[in-house]
Amino acid sequence: MKATAIRAGFLTSVQDLGRAGLREFGVSPGGALDPHALRVANLLVGNKEPAAGLEITFGGLRIRFADDRVIAWCGGDFEACIGSMRLASGHAALVQSGEDFSIESPAIGCRAWLAISGGIDVPVFLGSRATDLKAGFGGMNGRAIRDGEQLLLGENSERSKTLAETLRTGRIASWKPPHNWSNPAQPEPVLRFIRGSDADHCTAEAMKTFSRSGFFVSPDSDRMGVRLDGPRLERTSEKDLLSEAVAPGTVQVPPNGRPILLLNDCQTIGGYPKLAHVITFDLPIAAQLRPADTVRFSEVTLLEAHRVLCERERDLQQFRGGIEWHLK
Amino acid sequence: MQITPLGDCAVLIRVAENFDEAPEQALQKVIAAHRRLGAAKIPGVIELAPAYTTIALFYDPVRAIDGGAPAENVPDWLEHKIREALAGSDSRGADYVKNSVVEIPICYDPEFGFDLDEVAQHAELSPNEVIDLYAAGNYRVHCVGFIGGFPFLGGLPSKLATPRRETPRKEIPAGSVGIGGKQTGIYPVKSPGGWNIIGRTPLRLFDPQKNPPGLLRAGDQVRFRAISREEFERSVT
Repeated sequence: MKATAIRAGFLTSVQDLGRAGLREFGVSPGGALDPHALRVANLLVGNKEPAAGLEITFGGLRIRFADDRVIAWCGGDFEACIGSMRLASGHAALVQSGEDFSIESPAIGCRAWLAISGGIDVPVFLGSRATDLKAGFGGMNGRAIRDGEQLLLGENSERSKTLAETLRTGRIASWKPPHNWSNPAQPEPVLRFIRGSDADHCTAEAMKTFSRSGFFVSPDSDRMGVRLDGPRLERTSEKDLLSEAVAPGTVQVPPNGRPILLLNDCQTIGGYPKLAHVITFDLPIAAQLRPADTVRFSEVTLLEAHRVLCERERDLQQFRGGIEWHLK
Repeated sequence: MQITPLGDCAVLIRVAENFDEAPEQALQKVIAAHRRLGAAKIPGVIELAPAYTTIALFYDPVRAIDGGAPAENVPDWLEHKIREALAGSDSRGADYVKNSVVEIPICYDPEFGFDLDEVAQHAELSPNEVIDLYAAGNYRVHCVGFIGGFPFLGGLPSKLATPRRETPRKEIPAGSVGIGGKQTGIYPVKSPGGWNIIGRTPLRLFDPQKNPPGLLRAGDQVRFRAISREEFERSVT
Protein backbone atom coordinates (compact mmCIF):
# COMPACT_ATOMS: atom_id res chain seq x y z
CA MET A 1 0.00 0.00 0.00
CA LYS A 2 1.08 3.53 -0.65
CA ALA A 3 0.69 6.87 1.06
CA THR A 4 0.87 10.08 -0.95
CA ALA A 5 2.76 13.19 0.06
CA ILE A 6 0.18 15.72 -1.14
CA ARG A 7 2.61 18.40 0.02
CA ALA A 8 6.17 17.32 0.78
CA GLY A 9 7.08 20.28 2.99
CA PHE A 10 10.34 22.19 3.22
CA LEU A 11 12.65 19.20 3.63
CA THR A 12 11.18 15.79 4.32
CA SER A 13 13.35 12.71 3.91
CA VAL A 14 13.13 8.99 4.63
CA GLN A 15 15.35 8.16 7.60
CA ASP A 16 16.01 5.17 9.83
CA LEU A 17 18.81 4.59 12.32
CA GLY A 18 21.47 5.02 9.64
CA ARG A 19 24.46 3.02 8.41
CA ALA A 20 27.15 1.88 10.80
CA GLY A 21 30.43 0.24 9.90
CA LEU A 22 31.20 2.15 6.70
CA ARG A 23 33.31 5.03 7.96
CA GLU A 24 36.44 3.40 6.58
CA PHE A 25 34.90 3.97 3.14
CA GLY A 26 34.05 7.56 3.99
CA VAL A 27 30.32 6.90 4.46
CA SER A 28 28.85 8.90 7.33
CA PRO A 29 26.32 7.18 9.63
CA GLY A 30 23.46 9.49 8.65
CA GLY A 31 19.99 8.45 9.78
CA ALA A 32 17.47 10.32 11.92
CA LEU A 33 19.11 13.29 13.66
CA ASP A 34 17.18 12.21 16.77
CA PRO A 35 17.42 8.42 16.63
CA HIS A 36 15.82 8.15 20.05
CA ALA A 37 12.70 10.01 18.85
CA LEU A 38 12.37 7.72 15.84
CA ARG A 39 12.80 4.61 18.01
CA VAL A 40 10.11 5.83 20.41
CA ALA A 41 7.73 6.73 17.55
CA ASN A 42 8.28 3.31 15.97
CA LEU A 43 7.56 1.52 19.26
CA LEU A 44 4.38 3.56 19.63
CA VAL A 45 3.00 2.30 16.30
CA GLY A 46 4.03 -1.33 16.78
CA ASN A 47 7.09 -1.22 14.47
CA LYS A 48 10.56 -2.48 15.14
CA GLU A 49 12.72 0.39 16.40
CA PRO A 50 14.93 0.70 13.29
CA ALA A 51 11.98 0.95 10.85
CA ALA A 52 12.19 3.80 8.34
CA GLY A 53 10.04 6.87 8.98
CA LEU A 54 9.99 10.46 7.80
CA GLU A 55 12.21 13.23 9.09
CA ILE A 56 10.27 16.45 8.67
CA THR A 57 12.06 19.80 8.75
CA PHE A 58 9.97 22.93 9.50
CA GLY A 59 6.72 21.12 8.69
CA GLY A 60 4.67 21.74 5.57
CA LEU A 61 3.98 18.03 5.09
CA ARG A 62 0.53 16.71 4.20
CA ILE A 63 0.34 12.98 3.64
CA ARG A 64 -2.74 11.00 2.55
CA PHE A 65 -3.23 7.37 3.50
CA ALA A 66 -4.78 4.73 1.27
CA ASP A 67 -5.41 2.22 4.07
CA ASP A 68 -5.62 2.12 7.87
CA ARG A 69 -2.35 2.80 9.63
CA VAL A 70 -1.19 3.61 13.13
CA ILE A 71 1.03 6.69 13.24
CA ALA A 72 2.92 8.65 15.89
CA TRP A 73 5.36 11.50 15.76
CA CYS A 74 8.01 12.93 18.10
CA GLY A 75 10.04 16.12 17.76
CA GLY A 76 9.71 19.90 18.05
CA ASP A 77 6.69 21.91 19.11
CA PHE A 78 4.65 21.37 15.91
CA GLU A 79 0.93 21.67 15.13
CA ALA A 80 -0.09 18.30 13.77
CA CYS A 81 -3.54 17.01 12.75
CA ILE A 82 -5.32 14.00 11.32
CA GLY A 83 -7.97 15.73 9.25
CA SER A 84 -9.12 18.43 11.68
CA MET A 85 -8.36 16.36 14.79
CA ARG A 86 -5.29 17.60 16.62
CA LEU A 87 -2.54 15.03 17.28
CA ALA A 88 0.00 15.87 19.97
CA SER A 89 3.50 14.40 19.87
CA GLY A 90 4.04 10.98 21.42
CA HIS A 91 0.48 9.69 21.03
CA ALA A 92 -0.23 6.73 18.77
CA ALA A 93 -3.26 7.36 16.55
CA LEU A 94 -5.26 5.53 13.93
CA VAL A 95 -5.49 7.10 10.47
CA GLN A 96 -8.10 5.63 8.20
CA SER A 97 -8.05 5.15 4.47
CA GLY A 98 -8.46 8.52 2.71
CA GLU A 99 -7.45 10.63 5.71
CA ASP A 100 -4.64 13.18 5.77
CA PHE A 101 -1.96 13.76 8.36
CA SER A 102 -0.52 17.28 8.29
CA ILE A 103 2.18 18.95 10.34
CA GLU A 104 2.88 22.68 10.40
CA SER A 105 4.85 25.58 11.85
CA PRO A 106 6.83 24.61 14.93
CA ALA A 107 6.74 27.14 17.78
CA ILE A 108 10.00 25.72 19.15
CA GLY A 109 12.39 23.40 17.37
CA CYS A 110 12.47 22.53 13.68
CA ARG A 111 12.36 18.75 13.18
CA ALA A 112 9.89 15.94 13.73
CA TRP A 113 9.98 12.19 13.08
CA LEU A 114 6.86 10.46 11.85
CA ALA A 115 6.53 6.70 12.27
CA ILE A 116 3.93 4.86 10.20
CA SER A 117 2.98 1.27 11.06
CA GLY A 118 4.63 -1.06 8.56
CA GLY A 119 7.43 1.44 7.99
CA ILE A 120 8.41 3.08 4.71
CA ASP A 121 9.55 0.46 2.27
CA VAL A 122 12.22 2.07 0.10
CA PRO A 123 15.16 -0.05 -1.15
CA VAL A 124 17.94 -0.82 1.31
CA PHE A 125 21.38 0.57 0.44
CA LEU A 126 24.34 -0.55 2.53
CA GLY A 127 22.10 -1.93 5.23
CA SER A 128 19.83 1.09 5.64
CA ARG A 129 16.86 2.89 4.11
CA ALA A 130 18.14 6.29 5.27
CA THR A 131 18.51 9.06 2.69
CA ASP A 132 22.11 10.22 2.32
CA LEU A 133 21.27 13.66 0.92
CA LYS A 134 24.94 14.60 0.46
CA ALA A 135 26.01 11.50 -1.45
CA GLY A 136 22.61 11.16 -3.14
CA PHE A 137 21.60 7.58 -2.37
CA GLY A 138 19.14 5.78 -0.11
CA GLY A 139 15.61 6.85 0.82
CA MET A 140 13.58 8.23 -2.07
CA ASN A 141 16.15 8.17 -4.90
CA GLY A 142 18.77 9.78 -2.67
CA ARG A 143 16.84 13.02 -2.25
CA ALA A 144 14.09 14.74 -0.29
CA ILE A 145 10.45 13.77 -0.87
CA ARG A 146 8.67 15.79 -3.59
CA ASP A 147 5.08 17.05 -3.81
CA GLY A 148 2.69 14.36 -4.98
CA GLU A 149 5.14 11.52 -4.53
CA GLN A 150 3.94 8.10 -3.36
CA LEU A 151 5.61 6.26 -0.52
CA LEU A 152 5.44 2.48 -0.45
CA LEU A 153 4.57 1.21 3.03
CA GLY A 154 5.42 -2.17 4.56
CA GLU A 155 2.91 -4.65 5.95
CA ASN A 156 1.32 -3.84 9.32
CA SER A 157 2.77 -6.10 12.02
CA GLU A 158 0.46 -8.20 14.23
CA ARG A 159 1.17 -5.73 17.00
CA SER A 160 0.19 -2.78 14.79
CA LYS A 161 -3.04 -4.56 13.84
CA THR A 162 -3.89 -5.12 17.52
CA LEU A 163 -3.08 -1.48 18.21
CA ALA A 164 -5.28 -0.34 15.31
CA GLU A 165 -8.22 -2.30 16.76
CA THR A 166 -7.78 -0.79 20.23
CA LEU A 167 -7.73 2.68 18.63
CA ARG A 168 -10.80 2.04 16.45
CA THR A 169 -13.14 4.00 18.75
CA GLY A 170 -10.96 6.54 20.57
CA ARG A 171 -8.62 7.09 17.57
CA ILE A 172 -5.85 8.62 19.71
CA ALA A 173 -4.07 6.70 22.48
CA SER A 174 -4.21 8.40 25.86
CA TRP A 175 -0.81 7.15 27.04
CA LYS A 176 2.48 8.63 25.92
CA PRO A 177 6.18 8.47 26.70
CA PRO A 178 7.99 11.04 28.90
CA HIS A 179 7.62 14.58 27.54
CA ASN A 180 11.35 15.08 26.83
CA TRP A 181 11.26 11.97 24.61
CA SER A 182 8.32 13.04 22.49
CA ASN A 183 9.25 16.73 22.50
CA PRO A 184 12.96 17.28 23.07
CA ALA A 185 13.05 20.87 21.76
CA GLN A 186 14.04 23.54 24.28
CA PRO A 187 14.15 27.32 24.03
CA GLU A 188 17.74 28.56 24.57
CA PRO A 189 19.10 25.10 25.41
CA VAL A 190 22.33 24.36 27.25
CA LEU A 191 24.13 21.47 25.58
CA ARG A 192 26.51 19.43 27.69
CA PHE A 193 29.93 18.62 26.29
CA ILE A 194 33.11 16.80 27.13
CA ARG A 195 36.44 18.43 26.37
CA GLY A 196 37.89 17.74 22.92
CA SER A 197 41.27 16.15 22.27
CA ASP A 198 42.51 19.24 20.42
CA ALA A 199 41.37 21.77 23.04
CA ASP A 200 45.05 22.79 23.37
CA HIS A 201 45.02 23.91 19.72
CA CYS A 202 42.68 26.67 20.81
CA THR A 203 43.56 29.35 23.35
CA ALA A 204 42.53 28.90 27.00
CA GLU A 205 40.34 31.94 26.44
CA ALA A 206 38.53 30.10 23.60
CA MET A 207 37.46 27.28 25.94
CA LYS A 208 36.24 29.81 28.53
CA THR A 209 34.34 31.73 25.86
CA PHE A 210 32.82 28.51 24.54
CA SER A 211 31.48 27.46 27.92
CA ARG A 212 30.35 30.91 29.08
CA SER A 213 28.91 32.68 26.06
CA GLY A 214 25.72 32.31 24.11
CA PHE A 215 26.03 31.41 20.42
CA PHE A 216 23.57 31.99 17.61
CA VAL A 217 22.64 29.33 15.10
CA SER A 218 23.64 30.43 11.61
CA PRO A 219 21.24 30.02 8.64
CA ASP A 220 23.81 27.89 6.76
CA SER A 221 23.27 25.01 9.23
CA ASP A 222 22.01 21.68 7.91
CA ARG A 223 22.12 17.93 8.58
CA MET A 224 25.92 18.05 8.32
CA GLY A 225 26.33 20.53 11.13
CA VAL A 226 25.07 23.45 13.16
CA ARG A 227 27.20 26.50 12.36
CA LEU A 228 27.48 28.98 15.19
CA ASP A 229 27.87 32.74 15.20
CA GLY A 230 29.01 34.63 18.25
CA PRO A 231 32.30 35.44 19.90
CA ARG A 232 35.23 34.27 17.78
CA LEU A 233 37.16 31.32 19.22
CA GLU A 234 40.89 31.90 18.78
CA ARG A 235 43.19 29.07 17.77
CA THR A 236 46.84 28.87 18.74
CA SER A 237 47.74 28.11 15.14
CA GLU A 238 46.17 28.83 11.76
CA LYS A 239 47.48 25.51 10.51
CA ASP A 240 45.02 22.63 10.37
CA LEU A 241 45.85 19.19 11.75
CA LEU A 242 46.40 15.90 9.96
CA SER A 243 42.89 14.62 9.21
CA GLU A 244 41.43 12.14 11.66
CA ALA A 245 37.99 10.87 12.53
CA VAL A 246 35.22 13.22 13.64
CA ALA A 247 31.77 12.20 14.86
CA PRO A 248 28.31 13.65 15.36
CA GLY A 249 28.65 15.93 18.39
CA THR A 250 32.19 17.05 17.58
CA VAL A 251 32.65 20.83 17.81
CA GLN A 252 35.29 21.92 15.29
CA VAL A 253 36.96 25.29 15.14
CA PRO A 254 37.88 26.34 11.59
CA PRO A 255 40.40 29.18 11.02
CA ASN A 256 37.61 31.80 11.03
CA GLY A 257 36.94 30.99 14.69
CA ARG A 258 33.24 30.19 14.17
CA PRO A 259 32.60 26.76 15.71
CA ILE A 260 30.68 24.03 13.88
CA LEU A 261 28.74 21.38 15.82
CA LEU A 262 28.73 18.29 13.60
CA LEU A 263 25.56 16.25 13.07
CA ASN A 264 24.89 12.84 11.48
CA ASP A 265 25.66 13.73 7.85
CA CYS A 266 29.09 15.17 8.73
CA GLN A 267 32.23 14.07 6.94
CA THR A 268 33.94 11.07 8.46
CA ILE A 269 37.28 12.86 8.86
CA GLY A 270 38.37 16.42 9.50
CA GLY A 271 41.46 18.48 10.13
CA TYR A 272 40.06 21.36 12.19
CA PRO A 273 40.87 21.32 15.92
CA LYS A 274 38.21 19.52 17.95
CA LEU A 275 37.45 21.80 20.88
CA ALA A 276 34.62 19.79 22.40
CA HIS A 277 32.12 16.98 21.87
CA VAL A 278 28.44 17.49 22.70
CA ILE A 279 27.25 14.37 24.54
CA THR A 280 25.13 11.88 22.61
CA PHE A 281 22.25 12.31 25.05
CA ASP A 282 21.95 16.00 24.11
CA LEU A 283 22.23 15.64 20.31
CA PRO A 284 18.41 15.40 19.94
CA ILE A 285 18.21 18.87 21.49
CA ALA A 286 20.87 20.11 19.05
CA ALA A 287 18.83 18.62 16.17
CA GLN A 288 16.01 21.03 17.06
CA LEU A 289 18.14 24.20 16.77
CA ARG A 290 17.02 26.60 14.10
CA PRO A 291 18.58 29.74 12.63
CA ALA A 292 18.87 32.63 15.12
CA ASP A 293 18.27 30.35 18.14
CA THR A 294 20.60 30.89 21.09
CA VAL A 295 22.54 27.94 22.45
CA ARG A 296 24.98 27.57 25.33
CA PHE A 297 27.44 24.86 26.32
CA SER A 298 28.40 23.39 29.67
CA GLU A 299 31.16 20.89 30.45
CA VAL A 300 30.48 17.48 32.02
CA THR A 301 32.61 14.38 32.53
CA LEU A 302 32.68 11.41 30.19
CA LEU A 303 31.35 9.22 33.00
CA GLU A 304 28.36 11.54 33.41
CA ALA A 305 27.74 11.38 29.64
CA HIS A 306 27.70 7.58 29.82
CA ARG A 307 25.52 7.57 32.93
CA VAL A 308 22.70 9.60 31.36
CA LEU A 309 22.88 7.66 28.09
CA CYS A 310 22.70 4.27 29.82
CA GLU A 311 19.89 5.45 32.10
CA ARG A 312 17.79 6.55 29.14
CA GLU A 313 18.46 3.23 27.41
CA ARG A 314 17.22 1.37 30.51
CA ASP A 315 14.13 3.59 30.59
CA LEU A 316 13.53 2.85 26.91
CA GLN A 317 13.76 -0.89 27.61
CA GLN A 318 11.10 -0.49 30.30
CA PHE A 319 8.95 1.53 27.94
CA ARG A 320 9.31 -1.19 25.29
CA GLY A 321 8.27 -3.80 27.88
CA GLY A 322 5.29 -1.65 28.89
CA ILE A 323 4.06 -1.40 25.30
CA GLU A 324 4.45 -5.14 24.77
CA TRP A 325 2.43 -5.79 27.92
CA HIS A 326 -0.20 -3.25 26.87
CA LEU A 327 -0.68 -4.94 23.49
CA LYS A 328 -0.89 -8.50 24.76
CA MET B 1 50.25 5.14 22.09
CA GLN B 2 47.70 7.73 23.09
CA ILE B 3 43.99 7.01 23.59
CA THR B 4 41.68 10.02 23.86
CA PRO B 5 37.89 10.30 23.90
CA LEU B 6 36.27 11.38 20.64
CA GLY B 7 32.99 12.20 22.33
CA ASP B 8 31.18 9.65 24.51
CA CYS B 9 30.83 6.90 21.89
CA ALA B 10 34.31 6.80 20.32
CA VAL B 11 37.99 6.98 21.17
CA LEU B 12 40.87 8.11 19.00
CA ILE B 13 43.87 5.80 19.18
CA ARG B 14 47.10 7.44 18.03
CA VAL B 15 49.41 4.59 17.00
CA ALA B 16 52.09 6.63 15.21
CA GLU B 17 53.65 10.08 15.45
CA ASN B 18 55.47 12.11 12.80
CA PHE B 19 53.48 11.26 9.73
CA ASP B 20 55.42 13.62 7.48
CA GLU B 21 58.83 12.08 8.21
CA ALA B 22 57.73 8.46 7.95
CA PRO B 23 54.36 8.07 6.24
CA GLU B 24 54.97 4.42 5.25
CA GLN B 25 55.80 3.35 8.81
CA ALA B 26 52.79 5.26 10.15
CA LEU B 27 50.52 3.51 7.66
CA GLN B 28 51.98 0.10 8.50
CA LYS B 29 51.35 0.68 12.21
CA VAL B 30 47.80 1.85 11.57
CA ILE B 31 46.99 -1.15 9.36
CA ALA B 32 48.47 -3.59 11.88
CA ALA B 33 46.56 -2.01 14.76
CA HIS B 34 43.36 -1.96 12.69
CA ARG B 35 43.63 -5.72 12.11
CA ARG B 36 44.42 -6.49 15.74
CA LEU B 37 41.55 -4.37 17.06
CA GLY B 38 39.19 -6.00 14.59
CA ALA B 39 40.31 -9.48 15.63
CA ALA B 40 39.97 -8.63 19.35
CA LYS B 41 36.15 -8.37 19.02
CA ILE B 42 35.84 -6.06 22.02
CA PRO B 43 32.20 -6.08 23.24
CA GLY B 44 30.28 -2.95 22.26
CA VAL B 45 32.63 -1.93 19.43
CA ILE B 46 30.71 -0.80 16.35
CA GLU B 47 33.44 0.08 13.91
CA LEU B 48 37.03 1.13 13.31
CA ALA B 49 38.04 4.07 11.16
CA PRO B 50 41.73 4.43 10.25
CA ALA B 51 43.28 7.71 9.07
CA TYR B 52 47.00 8.59 8.70
CA THR B 53 48.29 8.04 12.26
CA THR B 54 45.10 7.21 14.12
CA ILE B 55 42.31 4.70 14.37
CA ALA B 56 38.96 5.83 15.69
CA LEU B 57 37.11 3.11 17.56
CA PHE B 58 33.35 3.69 17.76
CA TYR B 59 31.46 1.95 20.53
CA ASP B 60 28.09 1.77 22.21
CA PRO B 61 28.55 2.10 25.99
CA VAL B 62 25.26 0.29 26.61
CA ARG B 63 26.37 -2.74 24.58
CA ALA B 64 29.82 -2.60 26.21
CA ILE B 65 28.15 -2.90 29.64
CA ASP B 66 26.00 -5.77 28.37
CA GLY B 67 29.25 -7.37 27.20
CA GLY B 68 30.92 -7.16 30.60
CA ALA B 69 32.16 -3.58 31.05
CA PRO B 70 31.57 -2.15 34.54
CA ALA B 71 28.58 0.20 34.38
CA GLU B 72 30.34 2.86 36.45
CA ASN B 73 33.46 3.02 34.30
CA VAL B 74 33.32 2.00 30.66
CA PRO B 75 36.27 4.23 29.54
CA ASP B 76 38.92 2.57 31.72
CA TRP B 77 37.67 -0.89 30.81
CA LEU B 78 37.72 0.00 27.11
CA GLU B 79 41.22 1.47 27.27
CA HIS B 80 42.47 -1.67 28.98
CA LYS B 81 40.87 -3.85 26.27
CA ILE B 82 42.43 -1.73 23.52
CA ARG B 83 45.92 -1.83 25.10
CA GLU B 84 45.56 -5.58 25.58
CA ALA B 85 44.63 -6.04 21.91
CA LEU B 86 47.56 -3.95 20.74
CA ALA B 87 50.17 -5.21 23.22
CA GLY B 88 53.33 -6.35 21.52
CA SER B 89 52.23 -5.27 18.06
CA ASP B 90 55.16 -4.71 15.78
CA SER B 91 54.62 -3.25 12.35
CA ARG B 92 57.74 -4.93 10.90
CA GLY B 93 57.23 -8.39 12.34
CA ALA B 94 54.33 -10.80 12.48
CA ASP B 95 51.78 -8.06 11.80
CA TYR B 96 53.14 -7.32 8.36
CA VAL B 97 50.35 -7.98 5.92
CA LYS B 98 50.64 -7.36 2.24
CA ASN B 99 47.77 -5.21 1.08
CA SER B 100 46.19 -5.51 -2.31
CA VAL B 101 47.53 -3.65 -5.32
CA VAL B 102 44.91 -1.84 -7.37
CA GLU B 103 45.66 -0.58 -10.86
CA ILE B 104 43.79 2.54 -11.88
CA PRO B 105 43.68 3.67 -15.52
CA ILE B 106 43.86 7.42 -16.07
CA CYS B 107 43.21 9.44 -19.20
CA TYR B 108 45.18 12.72 -19.23
CA ASP B 109 43.22 14.30 -22.12
CA PRO B 110 43.30 18.12 -21.64
CA GLU B 111 39.50 18.13 -21.39
CA PHE B 112 39.76 15.90 -18.30
CA GLY B 113 43.04 17.18 -16.86
CA PHE B 114 42.15 20.84 -16.92
CA ASP B 115 44.87 21.80 -14.41
CA LEU B 116 47.66 19.69 -15.94
CA ASP B 117 49.35 22.75 -17.47
CA GLU B 118 49.37 24.57 -14.14
CA VAL B 119 50.83 21.58 -12.33
CA ALA B 120 53.48 21.32 -15.07
CA GLN B 121 54.33 25.03 -14.75
CA HIS B 122 54.59 24.73 -10.98
CA ALA B 123 56.90 21.73 -11.30
CA GLU B 124 58.84 23.37 -14.17
CA LEU B 125 58.19 20.33 -16.33
CA SER B 126 56.31 19.64 -19.55
CA PRO B 127 52.81 18.10 -19.22
CA ASN B 128 54.17 14.80 -20.62
CA GLU B 129 56.95 14.77 -18.03
CA VAL B 130 54.33 15.30 -15.33
CA ILE B 131 52.33 12.33 -16.65
CA ASP B 132 55.43 10.09 -16.74
CA LEU B 133 56.56 11.16 -13.27
CA TYR B 134 53.05 10.71 -11.89
CA ALA B 135 52.73 7.22 -13.37
CA ALA B 136 56.11 6.20 -11.91
CA GLY B 137 54.92 6.83 -8.35
CA ASN B 138 54.15 4.06 -5.90
CA TYR B 139 51.06 5.13 -4.02
CA ARG B 140 49.31 3.94 -0.90
CA VAL B 141 45.92 4.83 0.52
CA HIS B 142 46.36 6.56 3.89
CA CYS B 143 42.74 7.34 4.46
CA VAL B 144 39.34 7.25 2.75
CA GLY B 145 36.98 10.07 3.55
CA PHE B 146 35.88 13.65 2.83
CA ILE B 147 33.13 12.07 0.74
CA GLY B 148 32.29 8.39 0.28
CA GLY B 149 35.12 6.57 -1.45
CA PHE B 150 37.58 9.48 -1.75
CA PRO B 151 41.10 8.00 -1.32
CA PHE B 152 43.88 10.16 0.08
CA LEU B 153 47.06 8.76 -1.50
CA GLY B 154 50.60 9.18 -0.24
CA GLY B 155 53.66 8.63 -2.39
CA LEU B 156 53.33 11.58 -4.78
CA PRO B 157 56.79 12.41 -6.24
CA SER B 158 57.74 15.56 -4.30
CA LYS B 159 58.38 17.52 -7.50
CA LEU B 160 54.67 17.25 -8.31
CA ALA B 161 53.41 18.68 -5.00
CA THR B 162 51.16 21.62 -5.93
CA PRO B 163 49.24 23.83 -3.50
CA ARG B 164 45.46 23.57 -3.52
CA ARG B 165 43.67 26.12 -5.68
CA GLU B 166 42.91 29.38 -3.92
CA THR B 167 39.26 29.23 -4.89
CA PRO B 168 37.78 25.73 -4.83
CA ARG B 169 35.73 24.73 -7.90
CA LYS B 170 32.00 24.31 -7.38
CA GLU B 171 31.94 21.11 -9.38
CA ILE B 172 34.60 18.52 -10.11
CA PRO B 173 33.44 15.62 -12.33
CA ALA B 174 33.39 12.07 -10.92
CA GLY B 175 36.63 10.16 -11.55
CA SER B 176 38.79 13.31 -11.59
CA VAL B 177 42.35 12.71 -10.42
CA GLY B 178 43.76 15.61 -8.42
CA ILE B 179 46.83 16.87 -6.61
CA GLY B 180 46.38 18.79 -3.36
CA GLY B 181 49.64 19.75 -1.70
CA LYS B 182 51.72 16.61 -1.13
CA GLN B 183 48.74 14.32 -1.61
CA THR B 184 46.89 12.97 -4.56
CA GLY B 185 43.41 11.55 -4.77
CA ILE B 186 40.40 10.76 -6.92
CA TYR B 187 36.95 12.34 -6.70
CA PRO B 188 34.57 9.35 -6.61
CA VAL B 189 31.45 11.39 -7.34
CA LYS B 190 30.77 14.86 -8.71
CA SER B 191 31.55 17.30 -5.92
CA PRO B 192 33.07 20.67 -5.10
CA GLY B 193 36.84 20.62 -4.59
CA GLY B 194 40.06 22.60 -4.50
CA TRP B 195 42.60 20.14 -5.86
CA ASN B 196 44.44 20.50 -9.18
CA ILE B 197 42.89 18.10 -11.69
CA ILE B 198 45.33 16.31 -14.00
CA GLY B 199 43.20 13.52 -15.49
CA ARG B 200 40.21 11.23 -15.11
CA THR B 201 39.63 7.52 -14.49
CA PRO B 202 36.71 5.62 -16.01
CA LEU B 203 36.61 3.38 -12.91
CA ARG B 204 33.83 3.78 -10.40
CA LEU B 205 35.40 4.33 -6.98
CA PHE B 206 32.17 4.41 -5.01
CA ASP B 207 29.01 2.42 -5.58
CA PRO B 208 26.37 2.34 -2.81
CA GLN B 209 24.73 -0.67 -4.54
CA LYS B 210 27.78 -2.76 -3.63
CA ASN B 211 29.04 -3.77 -0.22
CA PRO B 212 31.80 -2.82 0.37
CA PRO B 213 30.88 0.33 -1.54
CA GLY B 214 34.44 1.58 -2.07
CA LEU B 215 37.09 0.34 -4.49
CA LEU B 216 39.91 1.31 -2.12
CA ARG B 217 40.61 1.15 1.59
CA ALA B 218 43.44 2.36 3.81
CA GLY B 219 46.59 0.35 3.23
CA ASP B 220 45.91 -0.52 -0.43
CA GLN B 221 48.69 0.09 -2.95
CA VAL B 222 47.75 1.99 -6.08
CA ARG B 223 49.44 2.03 -9.47
CA PHE B 224 48.32 4.35 -12.26
CA ARG B 225 48.29 3.41 -15.92
CA ALA B 226 47.92 6.03 -18.65
CA ILE B 227 45.15 5.32 -21.17
CA SER B 228 44.02 7.00 -24.39
CA ARG B 229 40.77 8.90 -24.81
CA GLU B 230 39.47 5.93 -26.90
CA GLU B 231 40.20 3.46 -24.13
CA PHE B 232 38.57 5.81 -21.62
CA GLU B 233 35.37 6.03 -23.66
CA ARG B 234 35.33 2.24 -24.12
CA SER B 235 35.73 1.63 -20.37
CA VAL B 236 33.06 4.03 -19.15
CA THR B 237 30.12 2.03 -17.90
